[in-house]
Amino acid sequence: MSKQQLTQLLKKEFLLEFRQKSTLAGIAVYIVSTVFISALSFKKIIQPTVWNSLFWTIFLFIAVNVSSKSFMQETKGKGLFNYLYYNPRQFIISKIMYNMLLMAVLSLLTFFFYSWFVGSMVQDMGMFLLALLFSSTAFSGVLSLMSAIASKANNNMSLMAILSFPVLMPLLMVSVKLSKHAIDGLAWSVSYNYLLILVMLNFVVIALATILFNYLWRE
Amino acid sequence: MIKWWKILSALIILYTLVWGMLNPVPHLDILNETIRNVYFHVPIWFAMIFQMGLSVVYAIRQLNKNDLQLDLKSNQAAQVGLFFSFPGLLTGSMWAKFTWGTWWTFQDPKLNGVAIAILIYLAYFILRSSIDDELKRARISSVYNIFAFVMMFVFIMILPRLTDSLHPGNGGNPAFGKYDLDSNMRMVFYPAVIGWILLSLWILDIKTRLAQLTQKYDEA
Repeated sequence: MSKQQLTQLLKKEFLLEFRQKSTLAGIAVYIVSTVFISALSFKKIIQPTVWNSLFWTIFLFIAVNVSSKSFMQETKGKGLFNYLYYNPRQFIISKIMYNMLLMAVLSLLTFFFYSWFVGSMVQDMGMFLLALLFSSTAFSGVLSLMSAIASKANNNMSLMAILSFPVLMPLLMVSVKLSKHAIDGLAWSVSYNYLLILVMLNFVVIALATILFNYLWRE
Repeated sequence: MIKWWKILSALIILYTLVWGMLNPVPHLDILNETIRNVYFHVPIWFAMIFQMGLSVVYAIRQLNKNDLQLDLKSNQAAQVGLFFSFPGLLTGSMWAKFTWGTWWTFQDPKLNGVAIAILIYLAYFILRSSIDDELKRARISSVYNIFAFVMMFVFIMILPRLTDSLHPGNGGNPAFGKYDLDSNMRMVFYPAVIGWILLSLWILDIKTRLAQLTQKYDEA
């Protein structure tokens, strides 16, 4: 029963997304135009540190923008239906899983356009992609919960940013460090500590989100 | 009615103020006399973390019991914690000016952690003010409180241990552990920690009572 519900919920998320193709297209345009603006204003980036921090700043804003809508579509009536029909744990896990997938794809897309327009400086592609993957999963865990909180508090868009930026900061610091190592092409043994912390943060974030969502759920 | 521990906290802090300035300290390179800051800066941070932890404990209990009084206490403890971050910053900044030669640096993970902690609690108060319904506000802000505290804990406690910090005890700087052996300093430092935590509890007590009275007045 429970597994069925989860797949059902996930299917619903995908269906909703693909029925409203305009939002997906909107995100793609958002990514391209942000990257293009930074490419135009920076012209050429020589310093790896600048390249790195600009990339993560762009990704941070894209991630917050994309995931802020993940709970905003839940109207009052829908919320009541979901409350009666689904288990809160399944509900938040489906949201997180969907967001993870979306965020992983979007991070790759951002990286693709970024290295196209601005130029790639990454020497160790494997480590960079690993850092990108794990940080996008952790980002989606944090942002799903923050989106749920913001949606309960009058769906304020600026509230979403205010709430999630400071909470994302530890994650972002680790990701920036890891990707800097990848850009410099350092040996993997240097990065093991950070990779371990990032994976652990993933677990912590997802566990906390599932536990705490129970309490947000009740109206 | 004044409780005995309130008088105790005042006496202890008075003692650390006087004896902290007078007692002999080891003269380490760079640190010299500024080592005395450990009697003030560090206990103030401990009091801040203590209050923030207390706020989370109240938030967890609030989620379990749905009691608005617990939410009030959680909110007040968060305010006291935020309040203590400012003297902590001030003493740290002054100390940094004399030892590192700068008021503030982004090189140090602990400094960044504190800046993030302040931002997190400001966000917490903004979240509180944007929800009108009391029960809803209690629930949602408790959830954010717990989540944010865990992330802040990662930032302040775990990340600095991965990278070099400019703080004493990290990255080859004179360590706290080294002068921890000095019994003279221990005689001031440990009471100072207790004294400042008691003082923070005193402030919390007054603030909580005031908030309760205001609530009662508003209802009447």
